[in-house]
Amino acid sequence: MNLLLLTDGRFPAGGHAHSGGIEAAVMAGRVTGVDTLAVFLAGRLTTAGRVAAALAAAAASGAHDLVELDAEAAARIPSPALRAASRTLGRQLLRTARSVLDAADLPDDLHHPVAMGVVCAATSGLGPADAARWAAYDAISGPASAAVRLLGLDPFRAWGVVAALMPEADAIAAGAAAGAARPLTHLPSCSAPLLDIGAEHHAASEVRLFAS
Amino acid sequence: MRPDDRPVRIGIGGPVGSGKTALVAALCRALGAELELAVVTNDIYTDEDAEFLKRAGVLDPARITAVQTGCCPHTAIRDDISANLAAVEDLEARWKALDLVLVESGGDNLTATFSYGLVDHQVFVLDVAGGDKVPRKGGPGVTNADLLVINKTDLAPLVGADLGVMAGDAAVKRGERPVILCSLVDDPGAADVAGWVRAQLAR
Ligand SMILES: Nc1nc2c(ncn2[C@@H]2O[C@H](COP(=O)(O)OP(=O)(O)O)[C@@H](O)[C@H]2O)c(=O)[nH]1
Ligand SMILES: [Mg+2]
Repeated sequence: MNLLLLTDGRFPAGGHAHSGGIEAAVMAGRVTGVDTLAVFLAGRLTTAGRVAAALAAAAASGAHDLVELDAEAAARIPSPALRAASRTLGRQLLRTARSVLDAADLPDDLHHPVAMGVVCAATSGLGPADAARWAAYDAISGPASAAVRLLGLDPFRAWGVVAALMPEADAIAAGAAAGAARPLTHLPSCSAPLLDIGAEHHAASEVRLFAS
Repeated sequence: MRPDDRPVRIGIGGPVGSGKTALVAALCRALGAELELAVVTNDIYTDEDAEFLKRAGVLDPARITAVQTGCCPHTAIRDDISANLAAVEDLEARWKALDLVLVESGGDNLTATFSYGLVDHQVFVLDVAGGDKVPRKGGPGVTNADLLVINKTDLAPLVGADLGVMAGDAAVKRGERPVILCSLVDDPGAADVAGWVRAQLAR
C-alpha cells in the first residue's frame, strides 16, 4: 500500500508542474498525437526512465554513499535545466515525505530518482524493486498526463499507450533492482539527447505551461 | 495558528485580470517602508507578473520569486502546495527579518482558493468589469476568503455595474467577513487593504 501512496498522482510533491519533456517535444512538433506520444514515451522509458530506475533502486538498497550516488545522477543529466528540475523535484519530494511519513531525518536535497530511493528505504515494506518501479512509472505517467492537457488528446488512448508500456517498464525495473547493490560504475548511462536539447529550448522559451 | 517564528503569509487570489498583481504592487508601495516584505507569484505560462513587479520598482527584485504551475494554478495553491512552500521558505531563509510574504495565485476561476497549509490569510480579488453578478454567484473565494476586494470601482459607470448590488450581494454571501471596494487607479497605495493587512500582522 505504501507504494500506491507514494506513486499516486495526487500525492503532493509538485510533479504536476512538470511535463517530463513533452511540452518541449510538442513545441518542436515532434509529438503531435497519440502515435508520436507512443514513440516519445517508449524512448523516454528506455533512456531517462532506465537510468532513473537504476538510481532509485541503488539509493533504496542502502549499499551506496548518497553523495556519490547523487553525483552519479547529476553526471547523467547533461542539461542544466533538467538538472535544476530534478533537484527541485527531489527537494519537494523529500520535504513532502518528511511531513507525510513523519520521517524528520530524511535528507533535504537530492536528485529526484535518488530521493525516490531514499524515501522508499525510509518507508516500511519498500525496497529497491519498489523504488525502481516508481521511477520507471513516473518517467512515463507524468508526460502522458501533460500530453493530454497540451494536445487535447483522447485520454483513453493516451493512457492506453502507457498501459502498453507496462511490460517494458516492469522489465526495466526488474533489471534495476537486480543491479541495485552493484558498484556504481555499473549504473546505466543511456541518454536521449533530444530530451536534453529540448529542455534547454524549453527553459529559454517565453511562453510555456510547465516548469520543465 | 501560525508559528510565531516565521513571517505572516497572505495569499492573493481571484480571476485573471481582476487586479491581483496591481494589488500586490500597491501593498508593496504602501507597506514597503514599514515592513520587511517578499512576494511569490504564480504565473500560468510566463513569468510576466514577477517581471511586472520587478520593473515597477516597488520591491527589491531579489525578494520576488516566480513559481510555475503547469496548467493548473489552483493545484499549486491548494492541492499540491509543495513548489509554493519551497519558494516561500527559500525567501524566508534568505531574508531573515521578513514580516510578510505575499503569494499571488495564477488567475483562475471562482473556485480557486488557497490551502491554509500555504498561507495564514487569503484575499480574493474581483473586479467590477467582470460584471456585477459575480458576488451573487458566490463560490469558495467570494464566500470564504478572509477579505474580499472588489476592485476597479472607477470602471463602474463605464460598464454599467451597480456597486451597491455588488456590495449587498457580497455581504449576504459573506456575513461578518470583510469586503473592501477600491480602485487601484484612484488609490495606488490601496489604503484600506493595507490597513487590513496591518491588522492581520497585529493579531
Ligand atoms: N481601471 C482600472 N484598471 C485596473 C485597476 N486595477 C488594475 N487594473 C488594470 O487591470 C489589468 C489587470 O491587472 P493585473 O493586476 O495584472 O490583474 P491580475 O491578472 O489579477 O494580476 C491591468 O491592466 C491593470 O492596470 C483599477 O482599479 N482600475
Ligand atoms: Mg497577476
